[in-house]
Amino acid sequence: MTGTHDVGAGRDTRAWRVASRVLDPELPVVTIEDLGILRDVTEDDQGRVHVQVTPTYSGCPAMETIRTDLIDRLSEEGYLHVTVEFVLSPAWSTDQITAQGRARLEEYGVAPPPTEAERRQGPVGLTLSVRCPQCGSPDTRESSRFGSTACKSLWVCRHCREPFDHFKAL
Amino acid sequence: MTTPRITPRTTSAHVDYVLGLADDALVSAQRMGWWISRAPQLEEDLALANIGLDLLGQARSLLSHAGRLEGEGRDEDDLAYWRDERDFRNVKLVERPQDDFGVAMARLLVLSTWQSELYAALQRSSDPVLAAVAAKASKEVAYHHDHARQWVLRLGDGTDESHARMQAALDAEWPWVAELFDQSHLDPALVAEGVAVAPESLREPVLRRLGDVVREATLEVPEVAPRVPGGRAGLHTEHLGRLLAEMQHLTRSHPGATW
Repeated sequence: MTGTHDVGAGRDTRAWRVASRVLDPELPVVTIEDLGILRDVTEDDQGRVHVQVTPTYSGCPAMETIRTDLIDRLSEEGYLHVTVEFVLSPAWSTDQITAQGRARLEEYGVAPPPTEAERRQGPVGLTLSVRCPQCGSPDTRESSRFGSTACKSLWVCRHCREPFDHFKAL
Repeated sequence: MTTPRITPRTTSAHVDYVLGLADDALVSAQRMGWWISRAPQLEEDLALANIGLDLLGQARSLLSHAGRLEGEGRDEDDLAYWRDERDFRNVKLVERPQDDFGVAMARLLVLSTWQSELYAALQRSSDPVLAAVAAKASKEVAYHHDHARQWVLRLGDGTDESHARMQAALDAEWPWVAELFDQSHLDPALVAEGVAVAPESLREPVLRRLGDVVREATLEVPEVAPRVPGGRAGLHTEHLGRLLAEMQHLTRSHPGATW
């Protein structure tokens, strides 16, 4: 691991703007910036770019695709020497998903995680109801704590009867 | 934070400590993967696969770290696929087959309770990489514990049949619990330097939390003699070799293959 940077210290660079448009491969309506997993992009005076991303979960299988996509997008924009580093600290939390990211998830049919204020205790202590992203009803139930990916759980709406994914608080 | 005194002896003990935690997670992940397509319902298939994936992710970070500490150029794949049984440092709890669903849930309850206490303490490790892995893993393990707890409660406090089988599963796992707290193979310097968490310090909180769940499930905490430890020194049951044979076979038959 290289030295620690302030998170997003390179945010106003062109390389950041390119990197920030890379989509999450499993939720292709949100960018890695929306999810809050793009930690930093630095460009040195030789034009070499170093990108830091953090996984949502330790075993997230999307990380290798994200690495490849970052290298592809940046090289298309003329950055020929790109390194991507996975950093673990500080640990990612669903609180780092941006407001735009939350809105895009909901529009896509994935109920966004509870905000920090909505959570009463710890990551597992979610007791508030999850609003159905299809019809908006709060009358929903969890059908499985573990869904199609590590970061989601599976829910069913009692009102419109549709199943939906919920981005779990972490 | 003081800088730990680095001597060759401590470095080797440090590598062994990290490998122990890595191998616990790696071997557990492999055992959890066995359930894919065999779980009682689709949702459970997904749950156990996801839990195994979290454990695999933790193992990868820890193995990579052990390789860097060792300084001999071994990466996570070298350590996962090219070490033999005697070089694995996991506890014996995790290596035995778990082809009974009750046993799988009893073991996950034990493992996740122990890991949640361990990782909570390890977030203050003087080794910054261990601290970072622990902070990340803590949140994941909370979900594993919740999942195991719900099943133990449901099966223990269910029918006569499920109660009896859940109790039998606890009885099968309990002799292997004590090894988690054994520190005979840990260099005390690592604890003194703040790198490692003293295994013995986790005994009380882990057993208390396990007892609370077991009693809430109307089950009994087994009173059994502990098995002899040794996994941390590479002395395993006959089951680990077979698990590794399956896990390592492809890489060893086709070294360096990519896809």
